[in-house]
Amino acid sequence: MSSSAQSSETPLAAAALEERFEELIGAVLSSRRTAAGIAQTLSAEPRALQDFAMRWVAVTAKTSPELAYQFAALAPQAVAELGLAGAERWLLAAMDVYDREGLHRASAQLKDLAAYAARMRERGRGVAFEDVVRVLDPFVAGLSGRRLRLEPADTAWTDTATLFLPTHVALFEEREANFRVYKLCAALLWAQTRYGTFNLEPGAYPRSQHAQALLAFLETLRLAAKLERRLPGLHRDYLALAQPAPGAEFGPAAERLRAPGASVADSVAELARLPASAHAPSWPFVGRLDLERALAVRTERVEREKGALRRALAKLQRDEGRSEAPAIDFEAARDDKADGNAEFAPMLEGRPLAPPPEVASLVESIMQDLGEIPEDYLEPAGEGGYRAGGGEPPETGGQAEADETGLRLYDEWDYRRRHYRKQWCVLRERDVHPGDPSFAARTLERYRAQVRSLRRSFEALRGEDKRLRGEPYGDDIDLDALVRARAELAAGGELVERTFVRRARHERDMAVLFMVDMSGSTKGWINDCEREALVLLCEALEVLGDRYAIYGFSGITHKRCEAYRVKRFDERYDALVRERIAGIQPLDYTRMGAAIRHLSQILAAEEARTRLLVTLSDGKPDDFSDGYRGEYGIEDTRQALIEAKRAGIHPFCITIDREAGEYLPRMYGAVNYTVVSDVARLPLKLAELYRRLTA
Amino acid sequence: MNAPQAADAAALMIEREPFYRPVHGEVELFVAAWRNRVPVLLKGPTGCGKTRFMEYMAWRLGRPLVTVSCHDDLTAADLVGRYLVTASETVWVDGPMAHAVRIGALLYLDEIVEARKDTTVVIHPLADDRRSLFIEKRGEVLKAPPEFMLAISYNPGYQSVLKELKHSTRQRFVAIDFDYPAADIEAGIVARESGVDPMTAERLVRLAHMTRNLKGNGLDEGASTRLLVHAGKLIAQGVAPRAACTGAIALALTDEREMLAAVNELVSAVF
Repeated sequence: MSSSAQSSETPLAAAALEERFEELIGAVLSSRRTAAGIAQTLSAEPRALQDFAMRWVAVTAKTSPELAYQFAALAPQAVAELGLAGAERWLLAAMDVYDREGLHRASAQLKDLAAYAARMRERGRGVAFEDVVRVLDPFVAGLSGRRLRLEPADTAWTDTATLFLPTHVALFEEREANFRVYKLCAALLWAQTRYGTFNLEPGAYPRSQHAQALLAFLETLRLAAKLERRLPGLHRDYLALAQPAPGAEFGPAAERLRAPGASVADSVAELARLPASAHAPSWPFVGRLDLERALAVRTERVEREKGALRRALAKLQRDEGRSEAPAIDFEAARDDKADGNAEFAPMLEGRPLAPPPEVASLVESIMQDLGEIPEDYLEPAGEGGYRAGGGEPPETGGQAEADETGLRLYDEWDYRRRHYRKQWCVLRERDVHPGDPSFAARTLERYRAQVRSLRRSFEALRGEDKRLRGEPYGDDIDLDALVRARAELAAGGELVERTFVRRARHERDMAVLFMVDMSGSTKGWINDCEREALVLLCEALEVLGDRYAIYGFSGITHKRCEAYRVKRFDERYDALVRERIAGIQPLDYTRMGAAIRHLSQILAAEEARTRLLVTLSDGKPDDFSDGYRGEYGIEDTRQALIEAKRAGIHPFCITIDREAGEYLPRMYGAVNYTVVSDVARLPLKLAELYRRLTA
Repeated sequence: MNAPQAADAAALMIEREPFYRPVHGEVELFVAAWRNRVPVLLKGPTGCGKTRFMEYMAWRLGRPLVTVSCHDDLTAADLVGRYLVTASETVWVDGPMAHAVRIGALLYLDEIVEARKDTTVVIHPLADDRRSLFIEKRGEVLKAPPEFMLAISYNPGYQSVLKELKHSTRQRFVAIDFDYPAADIEAGIVARESGVDPMTAERLVRLAHMTRNLKGNGLDEGASTRLLVHAGKLIAQGVAPRAACTGAIALALTDEREMLAAVNELVSAVF
């Protein structure tokens, strides 16, 4: 690192600094743009600042030399304004922007030091979106029947699917009051989607910015009245925060919009009655209306849900074994339909019908958009509209979507920044292409003798009933103990109560995920051994009855990390899985961190008392881009393993590395690992290791 | 028999009518099943009134009620009975199942899937038309009297995949589906059970619905009717509603800090 060479307290001279700059960011220097200027400025600063600047220049240069140059130019000023720690955060924020949006935005962020400093000062007393989102997200989910996302934005608004909240609220001295503003803001946006702010035809809304702002205010008055009836506690917050009081011109409108049946049409009508001079007070929690985007999202959703409801009804109809459409009727079960609070009870030919949950939530969502279920929505879609031969329609919305796109984003640990690169790795799950069907059989044939002993040793592990003797209670009498107890008693001793036999079952409640290296370096011998090892392992695990999954991993660059499904937890060990094992091939590079993070998530979702993640790799993590090779990759892998451990997973790493590199203790030191130096022994060794690990 | 019996039949009788609000004909169904000696499976989330329903039915049919809360160490012997060693001899003591069969009680096995797998051995012959309990250790076969009925409960919601009820078991039972009642009925139940005013009861139910929206989004279960009754009782005793809901509902639902904060925010929005 830059600061290592000289350890004295004396500042470095300009020439020495310039030389370092040449070395670190020579790529972006030229005859017209030399490092002389920045070196000159920096040479006047104390040594501590110089060291700080040079260290971070070195770090940043790995990401972008240009950004590093700009940082060096601004560093003295930044430290003066923000202090060392503050300047570090300022640079890291810029690097996050660089990862996300590229150099242009990142350098803009870096250069706008004054604005950043002002934001930081505000943030000191305010509340940031990131601080509240994890509370507000379930809060909003609790309020609504429809799942809404929360996102940060410059101002508060909603497109009816996402609630956009300000990135930061710092209106009051106390955090608590700022949080109230956030909560109320989120609740009012939720109320816009719940009580139909966007339920009119596009033409019915006013066009001018001013009128839309007034409408947003009138809607707030209307929705606040709804909150008063439904969420009185929240309404008290509203009353406390709704300052300054609105002008007298809003008085009559406010009164009329309090009516239980008031709708957005009434707000629009009130808008026409307001005097031209009317000006809405600026309340901190009132957002703006983005009618165009909200209406677009709503229209799209209405169409989609209409189709989904009709398909669901068609399924219901088939399940009931009817040929004609069931006469489903949605009746308001409660009277306050006007208030939008109605609970709708579907009736099938006069008797109440318990709709499947997905139908219930569709109906709820459509009711929110349209206020009723139109006739044509209740016509089950004919066979033609149904996915032919596709079996079930994708019912579990979120999950199915994620699978369709199949893309997941994962953070990656950058040890130089000592921070995560947010959402840096793009990971895709794919299936392994099945390989030679006879591979598994040949392997078993080859290791026939060993398989037999393997099975026996695993059978011994299987959760079997044990008879515990001399227990205080149990299913049966322990005659030996009883005889002894009687003898003791006869001899004047105390009565021994432990005279029962109890059957205790030692249950293995274990889920294990094997993660197999499919990088190019496994080509040949190692790959063959890996595949053979997996076949033997599966044989053994089948005997044991533990739940297990096998995934391969490989990838090129952070944009193409891949996890290959060989066997999912819910799959049986069948011919297809055996063929997939045979089809495991050496592919690209070893970007291990993202794979560990992804697979730990899968494993964490399994219900088991013990969750074990076994990685099988042939050595160092390696990828040719972003300096993943070497220390960066080792540190990221180490960090991913620590994360897995925190998530309640026991990671165990098996590495085939003939050189048994000195990096291993560092990388795997946080968890358990073992080195298999003789590749040929891997097939037997793997099952044996697993047995020892779980005995 | 000189065995110290677990409990006298009279002590197992339900003397006073328990409060139970029928929702959708489950009482008639249960009576019909009892008359025809068909066992019953009660399905539904925790705290929605399954146990109360059993008490009510026992009262209504005038039969003693034997309830066993199943746990993962519950064996067939725990149900059937075992020999105990006293000072000079071993004596047989009936387990709750044998006892219930002898006195013609309603036997209610709560959360049946929690019990060990070997319990199916004794449940199956009792649950089909044999209606008999084989006490292996005594070589005795108990024939269930006509008044005897077996009922089991099962919560499909939160148990792990490992604990699903096997088809060979579930297909012996008539199932009655329980869920939280409709909002107005639930509010009535909460008001009646806890003594709060109807308005507070309605708010409690509204809060419960919000937490049920969170099921699967961070909560394993929403607030049950039972929790609402607990909160209501505290409120009726003069505890401030927000404090009562935090104690009786929020803390009962989750330990996670942020989720707790979110539920508390919902509480403070409603109250």
